[in-house]
Amino acid sequence: MTIAGYRIPPLASLLFWAVIWEIVGHLGIVFLFPPLSSVVMELGQVVGSSTFLGAAWMTVESFVLGLLLAIAVGVPMGLLMGRFNAADKLLGMWVNLFVSAPLSALVPIIMILFGMGQATIIVTVFMFAVWIIVLDTRAGVRDVPNSLNEMARSFGASGWQQLTKITLLAALPEILAGIRLGVVRGVKGVVIGQLLVSIVGLGELFELYSRNFLMEEFWALTLIVFAFALGAAELIAILERKIDFYAGVRHG
Amino acid sequence: MIAAVMTRPREVAPVAPEASVEVRDLCKVYPTGTEALRGINLTFPKGQFTSLLGPSGCGKTTLLKIIAGLVPATSGEVVVNGRTVTKPGPERAFVFQDFALMPWATVLRNAAFGLELRGVARSEREATAKHYIDQVGLAGFENRYPHELSGGMRQRVGLARALAVKADVLLLDEPFSAVDEQNRRKFQEDLLQLRQVENKTLIFVTHSIEEAVYLSDRIVLLSPRPGRVSDIIEPKISRERSPEDIRRDPEYLDIVEDIWRGLRNYAD
Repeated sequence: MTIAGYRIPPLASLLFWAVIWEIVGHLGIVFLFPPLSSVVMELGQVVGSSTFLGAAWMTVESFVLGLLLAIAVGVPMGLLMGRFNAADKLLGMWVNLFVSAPLSALVPIIMILFGMGQATIIVTVFMFAVWIIVLDTRAGVRDVPNSLNEMARSFGASGWQQLTKITLLAALPEILAGIRLGVVRGVKGVVIGQLLVSIVGLGELFELYSRNFLMEEFWALTLIVFAFALGAAELIAILERKIDFYAGVRHG
Repeated sequence: MIAAVMTRPREVAPVAPEASVEVRDLCKVYPTGTEALRGINLTFPKGQFTSLLGPSGCGKTTLLKIIAGLVPATSGEVVVNGRTVTKPGPERAFVFQDFALMPWATVLRNAAFGLELRGVARSEREATAKHYIDQVGLAGFENRYPHELSGGMRQRVGLARALAVKADVLLLDEPFSAVDEQNRRKFQEDLLQLRQVENKTLIFVTHSIEEAVYLSDRIVLLSPRPGRVSDIIEPKISRERSPEDIRRDPEYLDIVEDIWRGLRNYAD
């Protein structure tokens, strides 16, 4: 972006809104928005507290477990759907339904099934993340050039060799893209799940802060969650860029 | 002495060259109802270079893929070294029009892939692959990736991969169509050179008349829709001379012209 001939670095917009936030905070018009500076001051306090550390640990653990489960189920399911038309017909409708459905509405049902604890959070993360992984994996498998499959067959590849040496690797760019989107959705899942259960993890903290109008703490926690979501997605994006060299040339 | 004289007539009798690949009454109808091939009978003699030539839509690639065992025939059979085949086998190797290289693997691993699938130990298969990478003129490129190579070089990797499995029959599906002109010529010459070293039966699909005449011992002309054998030509061109001389040879030019006249009817 340029303004009056000057190049504005991308981070400038962030800075701009930070300043607006600070000013609004100091004006004291809306008590929900304390100045950014006091939120940032509070950040250290929140992070240092033992309640936060416990909640954060529980959140990260639920998130990682739910995501691993989503990958372990989503990738094989996507492979099946990409490879076999019967599987695609059987599952396609459901996957497409779930990928666009407002899954928050299902959390109360998950709560009934899995109780008011960590299991519910893990299942929620799973439900949020798995469908996009399935869809992207399926797309990746469908996109494997036919000649690569013919090549493997002509040199005598078994079905298993074809899957592990060709299909999985050729579809890797799409699989990773699916996992990255799954990470983003999984963070939503872990937060929404905890908010709805609201007696465990960060959900409990959010509940505590907002009920007691501890707005500095509330916003500090929000900033942490946002940073976590961005960071986790960026980690996968780094992996994606590593294999970019062949995603881009595959069809050339 | 006497024994030698006695056996002599049998030795000089014109024995038909041993067939490497035989195609008998082959028909192919696609599930959509398109009839691709009708009643194909062909013999591919051992050690010979045969081209399948014809306009697009004549089913030449389909025929090659049926011989490779990649596409099932509707009726008829393919016999390789005396055995009827319906699936790919180690005695045949395929070179693909679009190279079909794995973009995530180095030249060395790509060239060794056929052996990798067979479970050949790493050091052994890499030594074999290295040998053929050298032979196709890619020495020094072993650790490059396909996207770092030109089209011609990529196809050389495809050729090295096919040679590395030491199949008797090499099936080449328009291998030069995605290679630019000057590299194609060089590659054609190298392929002729390679024939001297490696005694293979080659079946080569092309739509280029010049390419077929320049390279082949026999040219099978196919007519389109459905594909049938319309003619078999044996260009008796001496390959002792330089490539430039061959390409200026009146006989070479005559054969090209003859084939062109035959195919002209099918031009759109």
